[in-house]
Amino acid sequence: MRYLRAFGLFWWDFVVGDDWRAALGVALAIGATAAVVAAGVDAWWLLPVGVAAVLWLSLRRAAR
Amino acid sequence: MTAAFLVASAFLASAVEFVEALTIVLAAGITRGWRSALIGLAAATVALAAIVAALGPALTLIPLNALRLVVGALLLAFGLQWLRKAILRASGYKALHDEAEIFAREQAEARAAGREERAGLDWYGFTLSFKGVLLEGLEVAFIVITFGSAQGSISLAAVGAAAALVLVAIVGVVVRGPLTRVPENTLKFTVGVMLTTFGVFWATEGVGAHWPGDDASLPGVLAFVILLSAAAVATLKRRRLAFA
Repeated sequence: MRYLRAFGLFWWDFVVGDDWRAALGVALAIGATAAVVAAGVDAWWLLPVGVAAVLWLSLRRAAR
Repeated sequence: MTAAFLVASAFLASAVEFVEALTIVLAAGITRGWRSALIGLAAATVALAAIVAALGPALTLIPLNALRLVVGALLLAFGLQWLRKAILRASGYKALHDEAEIFAREQAEARAAGREERAGLDWYGFTLSFKGVLLEGLEVAFIVITFGSAQGSISLAAVGAAAALVLVAIVGVVVRGPLTRVPENTLKFTVGVMLTTFGVFWATEGVGAHWPGDDASLPGVLAFVILLSAAAVATLKRRRLAFA
């Protein structure tokens, strides 16, 4: 059980790291892009804009 | 173009992880003896090879778009972490990664630990080396498997990682100390930019959108991420100086 927990923590720390809001923001940006694409718009430009916003918000929090 | 970018990304990302693994193996070898440290290194390498051999072919069975979506999302979450930390270090908001300090700390802890023999090995030296190489190596395996499978060529990504391993091992043997002169933040910055670029590119394709010019737009995404990062560093530097 201890090893399973350590394994789970390793992957959490590896993928999500110390800013879970940024990981959530990435998931939301991908979800929004998928929704717009599903509505028939070829929204290749949406994810870069979303990523820029997520990065900027994350940096602003860290630099406070 | 994409193939060269893929090999370069796998090479740089793996080099950063191998430098960190080398620091741990050196600390274990110098303080606890080389036999246990090298057996720990070999055992971790075998475990990693088994993980890559098992997961690599399994991932090729997943439809490409679904794979690119999952891989893109993971790379974006993971890459933004690297990029964020590198930007904070470059703008002075976070201390630089100091391989010499980490080496000294690992050595002090290894010296202070008691001696326990198991299977004829100094168990602390073996586990320190095994865990260090396995954890850093898992990150390399993740990069090789995700990059390779999403681009349809795990072997190309593995070539980049193997070249990094050979280079770091040779330099480590020559220097016989932690690689303090490696510009680690610059490397991490570059890797963060590349991971984020591939993450944006593949996740967008994964949800069904089409890049103008397909693969030819990859340098455009790269340029966008570089400009974004440079602007972030410049803004944060100005802000730090204004509040100093």
